[in-house]
Amino acid sequence: MSHPVTLTVNGKENEVSCGATTTLLTVLRDTLALTGSKRGCNQGVCGACTVLVDGTPVRACLTLAVNTEGQSITTIEGLPEGGELKPIQQAIIDSDAVQCGFCTSGMILTAHEFLQRNNNPSIDDIRTALSGNICRCSGYRKIVDAVALAASRGGA
Amino acid sequence: MDGLDFNGVGSSPHRLEIMEKVTGAAEYIADLSRPNMLHAAITQSTVAHAKILGYDLEDALSVPGVVCILTGEDFPDGRMGAFIKDEHAIAKDKIRYFGEPVAVVAAETEAIAREAAKRVIVKYEELPAILSPEEGLAEGAAIIHEELDDYIKVFPAISSGNMASYTELNEGDLEAGFAQADLIVEGTYDTAPQAHLAIEPCGALADIDKQGRVTLWSANQSVFRVQANVCESLKMPMGKLRCLTPRVGGGFGNKMEPHIQPLVVQMCQATKRPVKMILNREEDFECVRARHPFKVRCKTGVKKDGTIVAREVEVLLDCGAFGDDSPGVLGYSLLMCLGPYRIPNSKAHGKLVYTNKLRFGAFRGFGNPQVAFAGETQLDQIAEKLGMDPLDLRQKNLIQPGDPWFGGGKVASNGLQECVDKARAASDWDNRKSRTAPKGKRRGTGVALAAHISGLLGTGAIIRVFEDGSVALNTGAVDIGQGSDTVLSQMCAEALKIPLEKVSLASPDTDGSPYNWGTTASRVTYTTGRAVVGAAAEVEKQLKEHAAQMLECSEMDLELRPGGIVGVSGSDKEVSFHQISLRAHWAAGGPIVGHHTWVFNQPTVDPKRAVCSGIPFPQVGVFSFGCLIVDTLTDEASGKTEVVEAWSAVDVGRAINPSSVEGQIVGGFVQGMGFALTEEMVWDGAKLANPTLLDYKVPTALDTPYDIHSIIVEAAEPDGPFGAKGAGEIGLVPVPAAIANAIADAIGGHVHSLPMKPEKVLNKMLEIEDAT
Repeated sequence: MSHPVTLTVNGKENEVSCGATTTLLTVLRDTLALTGSKRGCNQGVCGACTVLVDGTPVRACLTLAVNTEGQSITTIEGLPEGGELKPIQQAIIDSDAVQCGFCTSGMILTAHEFLQRNNNPSIDDIRTALSGNICRCSGYRKIVDAVALAASRGGA
Repeated sequence: MDGLDFNGVGSSPHRLEIMEKVTGAAEYIADLSRPNMLHAAITQSTVAHAKILGYDLEDALSVPGVVCILTGEDFPDGRMGAFIKDEHAIAKDKIRYFGEPVAVVAAETEAIAREAAKRVIVKYEELPAILSPEEGLAEGAAIIHEELDDYIKVFPAISSGNMASYTELNEGDLEAGFAQADLIVEGTYDTAPQAHLAIEPCGALADIDKQGRVTLWSANQSVFRVQANVCESLKMPMGKLRCLTPRVGGGFGNKMEPHIQPLVVQMCQATKRPVKMILNREEDFECVRARHPFKVRCKTGVKKDGTIVAREVEVLLDCGAFGDDSPGVLGYSLLMCLGPYRIPNSKAHGKLVYTNKLRFGAFRGFGNPQVAFAGETQLDQIAEKLGMDPLDLRQKNLIQPGDPWFGGGKVASNGLQECVDKARAASDWDNRKSRTAPKGKRRGTGVALAAHISGLLGTGAIIRVFEDGSVALNTGAVDIGQGSDTVLSQMCAEALKIPLEKVSLASPDTDGSPYNWGTTASRVTYTTGRAVVGAAAEVEKQLKEHAAQMLECSEMDLELRPGGIVGVSGSDKEVSFHQISLRAHWAAGGPIVGHHTWVFNQPTVDPKRAVCSGIPFPQVGVFSFGCLIVDTLTDEASGKTEVVEAWSAVDVGRAINPSSVEGQIVGGFVQGMGFALTEEMVWDGAKLANPTLLDYKVPTALDTPYDIHSIIVEAAEPDGPFGAKGAGEIGLVPVPAAIANAIADAIGGHVHSLPMKPEKVLNKMLEIEDAT
């Protein structure tokens, strides 16, 4: 059974048809072609599918699409404003905090939300905040540095 | 370059593709699609070892939306394999491990394909399952590959029964060596299977054109190995298959040899439609490949003063169901098992045994971390018995500049001493005993040294000069996230003295790129870099031929000037690449194309020094070195160990992009830390029990110390591009050993088994307590 559902993604309303068990990740990737959210494990562990729902990071692979109707969904594609990168995106670039890039979208959204809550984090605060997003390439060091750099620049 | 910021060699420009990766625009295999595309899914075997009697597809075919189902009966009889050609594209006639693909279903959606795949029925006649190398070697054991003798092998393999290969290296006189020893220490060490766990699961997409030619995109580390494996297993002419690559979401060896590419190509040919398949996480765990579990017996003889006089190492490797890269891992682990030390009398030997498990294969370090765990922890055990400082014991036996490697291979550059000195100083090793631990914890400091190669096989580069004077670089090397696109472009820019943005990099394509064996063996910077430098020299020569005619001077008097200019030495007469290229395209000589190809050809073994058999690679590589020191805290109540700080000094010859080298050192450290402390694939009988990220623990940011210090040492490799050698694996190799030595320093005894999870460490502490 499919239902018509209106999802507000990156400020744009989309009417999509989805089943009761269809995840937000499937709708984002397969219906709306927003493939910046990645499917790493589909079990809510790796964090590569992290998106913001009403400003809160959620695992899109564990979130039912129908439950997000009426909420504001932000994916990596919708993060820059007016074509300008968010401070955390620029800090990720400046810190060389990307290798393969598969975890990067989820990592950026998690860090962006964290920096909005905590604009003067310690290194341990940052390590804790990122601990739900797995990176297999970098060893985390440069990602932690990037979050600290964005904070030092007063941005999120 | 004349003070201009050209982002050449030794600088750290951001990744060429960085913008697409921070905006979510980068396209990986799962993000691609084609019009009218089918989705495919696999049916996996539910037994470990069986004869296939037949298939019942009726129920699966009845699912609306199913288009085609292929089983082993629908596949050609071709066999692929990097060393032993023992593997069909899909289980054919026989099942060899639990989870092996036995059927492929194509349907209009992935959900339909997966539903139908569950309904495929395979009729089996079960055979006894062989689940360990010891069972495989036992008399009367069921044979996994009855046709082993007839398989094509690309090296002088010694194989029989379930033994896929046997390799042996000997130098000096082992018995005489041990006879000179004042102390002999012998121990056995074992390591667990580790999952690569690239965050991107494996996948592939194939399309077919009107002539029946197939184009294949896939998550891979070499478009050329994909092409070779698919064509061998499907008995296709290589010209019928073009292989391309999207961005790759991490590869640590798991994407080097085939995964599901042959299945997708065969389905594409059967349906004449585009076909895409992406493995889910469990499938990726169960049927791609993993790091070999090792059993190592290590015996070392030393004089009272710490001089090592003899070592014997014997290894037993679980091959899994197919050879894959395993004979290479066996041979390489034996080649590296002495570590970077002078040991005059040595024997290394080992067996690789087929079992009914998924194939084990290449994984960052390629067998070296396992033997380093044995050898380097044994050195600490020796130091303790001799009352020596562990680092002093190593210092006494270091391989010296000019010394050959075990087997006699040449070691041209050797920055090991500088690595040791820098790590020792940075970590304040000599004052380590003054460091304290919080209540309830025990602090330890451990050291391990390592060596690793970069090299192997063939590679090439083509550089073309466009009409506007900028250049296109085409190497066929797949950037799997480590940054080789940027590094190779930097080298091209440096060699031609042009800004980085004047170099455009072609994506690997078996139709248009020169051959590149693959992104593996820490080889791209070194081998492909050399090809880039060679191709740039060819371009320079052609540019100067034109310039000499345009400026009416001798080629000998010409020089490259920064910014894409050829000028006459000592004069202001010059022409730009742009002017030269216009002439070449439209007036004289023809468009400028430089190319260089080569194959690594330095012998692994010197027959005058060593007696060897079953060596899988006659020409292996040049050597990188490293020294790692770690500080750990072990909890007295739980046995849990955390790494507090690490100092990793690595000799990379020349850091082309220092920031990327740091990324390799730190990333390798953390992957090695997972291998050392938490990561373990566990089987319940024949079935993998923990194929999920919930049950298989990789380090998170919170498990990982912030203070991992990268110390870059640059002992230039004489024939390396700008002196560079590889950096991809060396940083991981010493990690389990250094952490093991730190734990032993903390608790007073060595754990001989990876991972060193809390219960093993706790048991060791209790054992030590009971003994005292």
